[in-house]
Amino acid sequence: MLIYSFSLYLGLTRIATPPNHRETPAQRMYIYDEIDQRMVDERVAQFRDQTRRHLAGTLSEEEFLPLRLQNGLYMQRHAHMLRIAVPYGLLSSRQLRQLAYISRRYDKGYGHFTTRQNLQLNWPKLSDVPDILADLAAVQMHSIQTSGNCVRNTTTDQFAGVAPDEIVNSFVWCEIIRQWSTFNPEFARLPRKFKIAVNGAKNDRAAVMVHDIGVHAVRTDDGVVGFRVVVGGGLGRTPIIGSLIREFLPWPHLLSYLDAILRVYNRYGRRDNKAKARIKILVKERGPENFAREVEAEWAHLKDGPSTLTEAEVARVEAQFTRPTYETLPARTPSLEAALTTNKAFAAWHRRNVLAHRVPGYAAVTLSLKQTGVPPGDATAEQMEAVADMADQYAQGEIRVTHEQNLVLADVKQAALFELWEEAKALGFATPNIGLLTDIICCPGGDFCSLANAKSLPIAKAIQERFDDLDYLYDIGDLDINMSGCMNSCGHHHVGHIGILGIDKQGEEWYQVSIGGSQGNQSSIGKIIGRSFAQADVPGVIERLIDCYIAHRAHEEERFIETVRRIGLDPFKEYVYGKADQDAQADRRQLAIA
Amino acid sequence: MEKLIKTRRLIADNWQLLKPLEGQSEVEVPAGGAVIVPLATWQAQREALRARGDVGVWLDGSSDPEDIAADLDVLPLIAINYPTFQDGRGHSLARLLRERYGYDGELRAIGDVLRDELYYLLHVGFDAFALRPDQNVDDCLAAFDDFTEGYQTSVLRPIPLFRRRVAA
Repeated sequence: MLIYSFSLYLGLTRIATPPNHRETPAQRMYIYDEIDQRMVDERVAQFRDQTRRHLAGTLSEEEFLPLRLQNGLYMQRHAHMLRIAVPYGLLSSRQLRQLAYISRRYDKGYGHFTTRQNLQLNWPKLSDVPDILADLAAVQMHSIQTSGNCVRNTTTDQFAGVAPDEIVNSFVWCEIIRQWSTFNPEFARLPRKFKIAVNGAKNDRAAVMVHDIGVHAVRTDDGVVGFRVVVGGGLGRTPIIGSLIREFLPWPHLLSYLDAILRVYNRYGRRDNKAKARIKILVKERGPENFAREVEAEWAHLKDGPSTLTEAEVARVEAQFTRPTYETLPARTPSLEAALTTNKAFAAWHRRNVLAHRVPGYAAVTLSLKQTGVPPGDATAEQMEAVADMADQYAQGEIRVTHEQNLVLADVKQAALFELWEEAKALGFATPNIGLLTDIICCPGGDFCSLANAKSLPIAKAIQERFDDLDYLYDIGDLDINMSGCMNSCGHHHVGHIGILGIDKQGEEWYQVSIGGSQGNQSSIGKIIGRSFAQADVPGVIERLIDCYIAHRAHEEERFIETVRRIGLDPFKEYVYGKADQDAQADRRQLAIA
Repeated sequence: MEKLIKTRRLIADNWQLLKPLEGQSEVEVPAGGAVIVPLATWQAQREALRARGDVGVWLDGSSDPEDIAADLDVLPLIAINYPTFQDGRGHSLARLLRERYGYDGELRAIGDVLRDELYYLLHVGFDAFALRPDQNVDDCLAAFDDFTEGYQTSVLRPIPLFRRRVAA
């Protein structure tokens, strides 16, 4: 532990040697059997051969493109980018150390955690990628289907397995879906990318309403587990809240029902226009009721077929997950309570970054990757190693990546929280801002991404710098700012309470601001407040939106999003654009109507 | 010379693929010899062609199995055209023909048929592959073994791995 934090402090670069895979404590990881391992090993061999043929000139760039994409490899603005799968965001300390090693050995010593709970490397060499994949396979990891027109990494709630409101452990269902989707022959060449999210708790922390398929676990009064199935949600160019197509799908039918949805989409999804190829367009064009009928008709043929899940399989997958060992602890921890009353900074961190745990005496901790000045989601190799060490020491060797681009240690004893906080603080992970304005979701933007219209990271930084008063941040309370550098919406701007979108106006970077977006049980798509802004003006605009909120909130407990829902957009527009401007616009509208 | 792989061997192709001229949907059907005609021609001359036994039909990925469902018992060959290898509609069509409609004649992939698609094409039910002419045959023959196992159901493995795992 000390060695790593010192090296971080002194800026030393450690020699890139493979990590020493010492025994780690019990953790909640799915452990590959021989077949799982063979599958990723064969993928490495396949991609090695494809890369060889490409470099030898017998596989054209056009034909190599979808193959490399389905291994997460993009050509970016400056170099290749490799997106490594972190299935449902779950990592062991051993895997995180390997990622640190890989980022140091083949890249520039850092990585970027994404909103799909994956890790991106921004500078790998194409010829190194087969070796990177082999190094990943050595720790039961891969980059399979992290891009391209196929079923992507299934995402879920970062508090699966520990949240007090849990219905089922969504990791198990995500792994079942991972296996079903991996190299699925029928669905290998879909019209467009396909993203599935699973939420296993009462509260939606997996954004199921804005996925191609959102699966939300439910338990009936007599204890039967099943899923609510939502289809055709999504962000991007056409943001849509998903449509409920099945109120209750008993769990044995999950895969055959997914087969039916995917088959309807594969056959009828548009392929003539990339911008209209997502399933949401098909659902919208046919109408959710008609789409649901088609799925049900297809499913009637598949229902009760061989894909029907069995109790034995669910139990097998569950058993392949190692599980944490919990001590019997009292629900209250006096040392923690004492520290909370005497140390204000610790109490602030505890309030924002520590979540209740279903097991007495434990807590789940979010390590913030949103320190001002550091690109959201970025972590250096040294930081990854330090987190791996912290996970071993405090959290049974397990780490989760959140879709808000933070890291979670899910099984921490309450008695160890103070010590953990001090360590996290020294490493820059203890910014007490989870869920606050400065906990910005942000894509890599124009600094890295070739798709982006505009930069996003400098804007995030400018906003964080503008709002550097913690007391004020706490007073503002829960507020999601999400920012994307283009319409592809990797930064989920549509569901930010405040969303910022980078756009291109005659070669200049401008920013469009929306408010009222939300993820979770009350998902909504934000509405654009008006004409866009130059980069330098964005922090000021955010400030005026906040001023409006503070002036109008009904009471201190009313959150920004609730105020927006209650009073609508107009007061916010007035604060941003001025009343005169708004009156003039209203006049113009009247004239236009007349 | 066409490169045709069937049952994982390079074989001589006895079938002639008939494509309509630009702007037309049908073809002239020669009186004899094994030919593969477009769906429109098959439908227009259905009675005559059904009786011959040496006429196959080719479909696009957008076709519906119902278009030829009544003729499956007399069709020795159905080809599915891939205008581009990235258009996966044919994958579902092939699977439906095999699994739901019980077609057991030759199912041939034609068009943009590339080495790196063969594993998937094999598993959705194709048993014949008319390779794009620039493809390396040896490379292609090796492609069927890219993966030695698969998790989900397919035409080749109708029982998913999780049921076989238990049995093992």
